[in-house]
Amino acid sequence: MEFFVAQILTGLANASSLFLVACGLSLIFGVTRIVNFAHGSLYMLGAYTGYTFMQVLPGAVGFWTAILLAGLTVGLIGMLVEMLVLRPVYRAPELFQLVATFGVILVVQDLTLMIWGPEDLLGPRAPGLRGVYRIMGEPIPKYDIVLLILTPFVALALWYLIARTRVGVLVRAATQDREMVGALGVNQAWLFTGVFALGSALAGLGGALQLPKGGADLLMDFTILAPIFVVVVIGGMGSLPGAYLAAILISVLNVFGVTYLPQSTLVLMYVVMVVVLMIRPYGLLGREEVAGEHGQVGEPETPIKPASGPVRLMVIAGLAVLALVPVFGSTFAQVLLTDIVIFCLFAASLHFLLGLGGLVSFGHAAYYGGGAYIAALMVKHAGSPMEAAFLLAPLGAGLAALAIGWVCLRLTGVYFAMLTLAFAQLIWSLVFQWGEVTGGDDGIVNIWPADWLNGTTIYYYFALALSVGGIIVLRHVAHSPFGYALRAARDSARQAEATGIDTRRVQLVAFGFAGMMGGVAGGLFVFSKGSVFPNELEIVRSFDALIVVFLGGVKTLAGGVAGGAFFKGIEDLLTRFEYWRLVMGLLIIFVVIVAPEGIVGSLRKAASRLGILKTAEQT
Amino acid sequence: MSAVLETCGLTKTFGGLTAVDDVSFTLAKAELLALIGPNGAGKSTCFNMLMGQLAPSAGEVLLAGAPITGLSPRQIWRKGVGRTFQITATYSSMTVIENVQMALLSHHGEVFRFLTFAHRMHREEALALLDMVGMAEQADRHCAVLAYGDLKRMELAIALAHEPQLLLMDEPTAGMAPRERIALMELTAKIVADRGVSVLFTEHDMDVVFAHAHRIMVLNRGALIAEGSAAEIRGNPLVQEVYLGGGTVFGAEETAHA
Repeated sequence: MEFFVAQILTGLANASSLFLVACGLSLIFGVTRIVNFAHGSLYMLGAYTGYTFMQVLPGAVGFWTAILLAGLTVGLIGMLVEMLVLRPVYRAPELFQLVATFGVILVVQDLTLMIWGPEDLLGPRAPGLRGVYRIMGEPIPKYDIVLLILTPFVALALWYLIARTRVGVLVRAATQDREMVGALGVNQAWLFTGVFALGSALAGLGGALQLPKGGADLLMDFTILAPIFVVVVIGGMGSLPGAYLAAILISVLNVFGVTYLPQSTLVLMYVVMVVVLMIRPYGLLGREEVAGEHGQVGEPETPIKPASGPVRLMVIAGLAVLALVPVFGSTFAQVLLTDIVIFCLFAASLHFLLGLGGLVSFGHAAYYGGGAYIAALMVKHAGSPMEAAFLLAPLGAGLAALAIGWVCLRLTGVYFAMLTLAFAQLIWSLVFQWGEVTGGDDGIVNIWPADWLNGTTIYYYFALALSVGGIIVLRHVAHSPFGYALRAARDSARQAEATGIDTRRVQLVAFGFAGMMGGVAGGLFVFSKGSVFPNELEIVRSFDALIVVFLGGVKTLAGGVAGGAFFKGIEDLLTRFEYWRLVMGLLIIFVVIVAPEGIVGSLRKAASRLGILKTAEQT
Repeated sequence: MSAVLETCGLTKTFGGLTAVDDVSFTLAKAELLALIGPNGAGKSTCFNMLMGQLAPSAGEVLLAGAPITGLSPRQIWRKGVGRTFQITATYSSMTVIENVQMALLSHHGEVFRFLTFAHRMHREEALALLDMVGMAEQADRHCAVLAYGDLKRMELAIALAHEPQLLLMDEPTAGMAPRERIALMELTAKIVADRGVSVLFTEHDMDVVFAHAHRIMVLNRGALIAEGSAAEIRGNPLVQEVYLGGGTVFGAEETAHA
């Protein structure tokens, strides 16, 4: 019993920082509809600035002042981010801001590295709160007790702000109907900026508050990202009480998990999320989203046509050049190009879902990494030959995608995206924590192709043939009745259903098909590298694909491939520099702001303006 | 022969509100039947029940004598019911003809084909449909650039793709210019005459209704209050009261002044 109480108290204490960060995210999403992936970065900045302030300011007063100052500073940084990065892209297609926030993540990572260096910082203990209290005989750190008492007050203050003040009324009104609030004469731009700053400040506070417990390191932005998304989604996006409830639920669960099932703490969190979303699709206290047909904000996509003669010739010429690379190129070029074509296939498979289906999957790495792991596991545990393992990769990934898609497709929009992310994270955590089978963090090594494929050049041709083949298949299906039905379901589910098209079934098959193609890419990847690690299943990998698809151009057929080739190539160039993330992040933000149609879309627009490319409609 | 569409005691309640109350009517072959009524009368609810978007609380819908109550929109479409929407629902990323081809692909059960080029399939048939609604010369335009009236005509072509025996049109002329409205209803009347399709439509524009409907039904507060030819409906005192007010407001004012 005593132990039980102590566990719950520890859980509640851990919930405080999680709640602060998560409710900031929830607030930002509720008002601006922006899924702010940079929220973890703001949390990290809070921890680092808090640390610096604590070095300067002495004593207990200094400690708490430092935390407040950290919150303020991060609030200001958030304000800057909103004004410089997000304001120019509010009009861009839905979810495009997300890519911009990812750019911010990269920039913040490198700036933090520049300012504070690569070493982990040990958080200072809170002055006067060093020891433990004994509660029913169990030791509880004093700082935990303070946090535990503090959080409800912060929550109460927030509640007061939202429920009882004029600003709060505006914020709540904006969560329900932004346009109406604008029409009533409220300056939306400043409301957005204000909310973003407040949300950022909360993230900063959360980061600074956890310093005595966890310190500051350069990985904490992504470490916190998954839990806060889980909390926000379980609680219901935009709901503060929901976030509080979910933060407590997750933290307490986590503490008990550590005690009773230490290998499954991560898995547990995602299982809870999946279960909650399956029972209450909009979270514990969330409101149902009225999903209109607004999947495609901005200009409608132009009709697609199979490639014309000249384009086909150009593609064939390009392929001929690629085929000749081993003759005149170095081994390094072949390895690099192998990476690039595999990544292009991965991106193209996501583009199929995202572009044609309008299905924004945040967890596409599950099928890519999943395929890679299936192949590796087959070789390692079943001793199966490379050929069999390679065939099972897309098969398994496709089946997993069908199963996951079946659950996720009951939701739409952001909730759909979040559920796909939850499933991907579930798979990642399983692989990460189930060490006996998957090797955990150490991955699976020594997975080499069969003898007839063993060699850089021959594998290059193998990867080239399958990747290009896969991309052509994806493209061809886009022009088939099925591809048209998928676009029909995206453009107008109402009309599609009214003319006998089972839109959910079409989308499910598309999900499975895209997952299968991702699995092909994963299988190619594992045998080209000879090993696979859990990071192929991580959020970051899913984001990689999302970003190149967005930047390549969602509304163009070639977007995924062009984006994949361009960014994988650029990445190879940039990673030679120390601060490549900074450059990459700025580049992403630049493309998002300047060319929201993506690379292919912008090129096409420029070409039609110059009269090189004839569009069907010269209006 | 039995009616193309028949409803018996169709009722829909939302909580304590009875939106549609015991509505029974029949629609004969090649008949153009209008369903009118003031805002909130229950026209759309009625329509949604016929199309399968809403399940009725009570009553039955029969299509050519066979019950279709509670079937999904897809199943009802497969049984030969086409519909057009009050606010057009079109595939904005496709050309005009591809919009029609999509419906034809679905009709021929070819949605799950991966190998053929969709834009080459049923092109002739789609062109014929577009020709019927006068859109053939615009077949290869991007449908997102069409004028609203043209979109409505395209939607009509889509609705006719599977040669329906019954066409449900929810405010077919809403949002159109007056001249376009008349043209669209003339087109509809012509299709009814040529192809023997039965049409049930709701409408707010009385010119359209009185000019083309063979028969008119009036719905008020969920219940059918009148039915008959244009002349009968025009002369019906109950209908006049519903549309022009029964003097309750002004009558009350007079009493207050007095």
